[in-house]
Amino acid sequence: MSQKVHPYIPNMVPEVQAEMLKVIGAESIMELYSCIPDELKLKEEMNIPPALTEYELRRHIEGILNKNTSTKEYVNFLGAGCWQHFIPAVCDEVNQRSEFLTAYAGEPYEDHGRFQALFEYQSLVAELVDMDVVNVPTFDWGQAASTSVRMAARITGRKKILLANTVAPERSKIIINYGTPELQFEFVEFNTETGAMDLTDLQAKLTEDVAAVYFENPSYLGFIEVQGPEISKLVKENDSLLVVGVDPISLGVIAPPSQYGADIVCGDLQPLGMHMNFSGGQAGFIATRDEVEFVQEYPSRLFGIVPTVKEGEYGFGDVFYDRTSFALREKGKESVGTQTALWGITAGVYLALLGPEGMQEVGQTIMQNSQYAAQQLSQIEGVKGSRLHSPFFKEFIVDFNQTGLTVKEINEKLLEKKIFGGKDLSEEFHEFGQSALFCVTEVHTKEDIDHLIQSIKEILTK
Amino acid sequence: MQRIKRTSKTRDFHQAKWNEPIVFELHQPGEKGVELPPVNEQIVSAVGDGVSVIPDTMKRNEKPNLPEIGQARILRHYVRLSQETLGSDFNVEIGQGTCTMKYIPKINELLIRDPKMMELHPLQDEGTVQGMLEIFHNLDLCMREISGMDYFSFQPSSGTQALFTMASIVRKYHETRGEGDQRDEIITTIFSHPSQAATAAVKGYKIITLHPDENGFPDIEKLKAAVSERTAGFVVANPEDTGIFNPKIKEFTDIVHEAGGLCFYDQANANGLLGITRAKEAGFDMCFFNLHKTFAAPHMCGGPATGALGVIAELRDYLPAPIVEHQDGKYSLQYDLKHSIGKVRSFHGVAQTVLRSYAWIRALGPDGLKEVAKIAVLNNNYMYHKVLAIRGASAPYVKGHRLEQVRYSWEQMANETGVTTEDVTRRMTDFGLHYWTSHHPYIVPQPFTLEPTESYSKEDLDEYIHALEQISKEAYENPEIVKTAPHNSTIHKMDEQDFLDDPEKWCITWRSYLKKAKTEC
Repeated sequence: MSQKVHPYIPNMVPEVQAEMLKVIGAESIMELYSCIPDELKLKEEMNIPPALTEYELRRHIEGILNKNTSTKEYVNFLGAGCWQHFIPAVCDEVNQRSEFLTAYAGEPYEDHGRFQALFEYQSLVAELVDMDVVNVPTFDWGQAASTSVRMAARITGRKKILLANTVAPERSKIIINYGTPELQFEFVEFNTETGAMDLTDLQAKLTEDVAAVYFENPSYLGFIEVQGPEISKLVKENDSLLVVGVDPISLGVIAPPSQYGADIVCGDLQPLGMHMNFSGGQAGFIATRDEVEFVQEYPSRLFGIVPTVKEGEYGFGDVFYDRTSFALREKGKESVGTQTALWGITAGVYLALLGPEGMQEVGQTIMQNSQYAAQQLSQIEGVKGSRLHSPFFKEFIVDFNQTGLTVKEINEKLLEKKIFGGKDLSEEFHEFGQSALFCVTEVHTKEDIDHLIQSIKEILTK
Repeated sequence: MQRIKRTSKTRDFHQAKWNEPIVFELHQPGEKGVELPPVNEQIVSAVGDGVSVIPDTMKRNEKPNLPEIGQARILRHYVRLSQETLGSDFNVEIGQGTCTMKYIPKINELLIRDPKMMELHPLQDEGTVQGMLEIFHNLDLCMREISGMDYFSFQPSSGTQALFTMASIVRKYHETRGEGDQRDEIITTIFSHPSQAATAAVKGYKIITLHPDENGFPDIEKLKAAVSERTAGFVVANPEDTGIFNPKIKEFTDIVHEAGGLCFYDQANANGLLGITRAKEAGFDMCFFNLHKTFAAPHMCGGPATGALGVIAELRDYLPAPIVEHQDGKYSLQYDLKHSIGKVRSFHGVAQTVLRSYAWIRALGPDGLKEVAKIAVLNNNYMYHKVLAIRGASAPYVKGHRLEQVRYSWEQMANETGVTTEDVTRRMTDFGLHYWTSHHPYIVPQPFTLEPTESYSKEDLDEYIHALEQISKEAYENPEIVKTAPHNSTIHKMDEQDFLDDPEKWCITWRSYLKKAKTEC
């Protein structure tokens, strides 16, 4: 039976196949499968719809995607770990380059550009967090935090990790699954009026088996943990390590955690140039000091700069490769493999584009816009724009308890007004009742925010 | 006009060389890369500068030491770096065995840039992402057909993360049955990816590694000796990285099941198996596929990616939440999974990759998928035959056909000429080709692993083979040219001093380089 040659499979051409089989000395392709016993061979056809041509495929997929409503169509106030930011066109241009898109594991010679771009990303993030070592990025913030606390456990030889109770609950799940069974986790209470860590509780839980304390700044709930130096002091007195998670887009205005004593800093690169992609834009980074006891605990690849035999040439290679699972299998540090390299390159492009001024400006605009939104929300009767009495960055808790409506009801009504309301916190943080986490960034205009305010007013007066 | 002679069997190639500075060296004070959305004046009047609310101890006092560079200069820098990167779009990427480098359809790249995909927030109301959930569900259905498994999760975002997820499920499964402490061993094989052993160790397991018998098959007697009441699970690739398919795989899974362990299948090497044989019939409880390998999503310099994880019905409730369900014409996210391990990655995984792979499957249909497998195997055996004819090359273990890839050896050539597989790596660069040795440890001496996939034509394969032939010839006649390679690459051979392993010398960032490299060499 003659079959149509598929555009993706050149050697479907029958004459070519015949020639190749002749070289091999086989009668048919199926003969090459003689190593697979008949009882393991699939007898029935796979129940998958027949092939589509390129045009049909495009119609089919676009038809399905048209059932989505995107944040381009509705005004979006959802954040909670994936955030809508301005994305410079150059970021997209670079990460869509066919060379970067389709490269993989090339050597430092044929992929010199990939190595340099990732070394530069490491170097640019290093300036942002004010630390000397940054890894080739891992999957997301959750993984970065998971590895950070495991690194801390190996460095200190201790097994207990204290997590701030305000860490994103979904992120805690990643961290706890990743650390179990080797590590034990305990949560540190927080002040429900300010969000700040309860230092008395911290002190009580800082026993001699504590490897690290982990908190996020700005926190999942948006507030800025202003006790950074105090927490750091307590942690150091206990010979534990301080691990802090950050939203890197805040670091033009908020002090990087290394400046108040963090030993390991981690976070998500998604705000730095990645589209939300229904969560496909996440990428985690880890940063430390350039000390051998830290560097040797990274599972990730770390690209370093080296001279070549020719003067004036930069070369790049893997630093201390023999710590990785690529080199040592189960005896390596955790594991390494495909993670999120292209987002690392993109984050580098973003930081190069914004520069020192841009990073400060974007942080400031986010603070102004979000403060304006909170202020206006507070003027609505029954609504508290910011439930917590602390400065916040980008996200804040909006308290709807006095409105008589649930967050779910309000969000359903906001949807009718083409608004994606904030994330419902009533399941994750019972202490706040009917409250939602709203996210306001530099992409929100005054009109967007005023539309939200007006819409909530209308919903509440009905 | 005379005919221009083009008789060389290897490509007369030279890679782009721009000798680009490091991005910090482009710094020109006052230049600007991009303008940000401005803040509204009325907002400023209402809230002030926004940053005074930050207490002094938590304020950033000095701006980050980032470079200031104009937009065109930044673009040029990165486009030049991209040109110094050998993507699979323009090289015959056969040399990255185990990674299934195949054609990345351009239509899929166009589809993922639809704002109705790119600009979706993962927490949007389910009613507004029905299309996205439909694509997740449709891919799930296709993967069930391909594997025989009952449910898929696309949350794991690489093969390694899928392996880790499977090890997590194994642990939770035995804990739920009260055997969590007792079952503390996971069995794997040496020709499987290092991540199999590494991720199981992260999950607290003791690793038992089976070595092959004299023919390269995992040794069934060694498995029988290894299983016990301590066995939690068995993880293996089949074919392994040698391209050798273990025909006794069902006996292996039976032995492990009898001992009370779970069997999980690393299908990184599935490209020759689509529509031919499945995880279910081989007795596996779980399996995963790399969507960025077999299912044609791009590798993106090393992610983001997806390790599509399939499980039998009994293990559904152990999956990381949420999974997508379809009922009465509506798609929804199911978070309520009784024994769920929790999460391995935030939200739903890498949605673009899910979309790309679904599109790829739909472009091929069931017959096309089977053709992918068959041509991948044809290409590999053609290549196998040709490579074995090259002086100094061999392929240890069983003779006869292999599936989609082969782990070869230059042992003979290295012994006879001193040219190693690492030398070949650098020399292949001179012909515009990528070549990878193999994962450690080098059980096969002087190894290299070739996987020609369905994407390459006979002519492409011949080009790669000619380059290997040429290097072998050089090794025997003029080994220095190989040992001092590359000659036509972006850069020359790196200085062999200990710049990467000595803490005093390594520089992982530019700021660290500026501190450590104080004087000119």
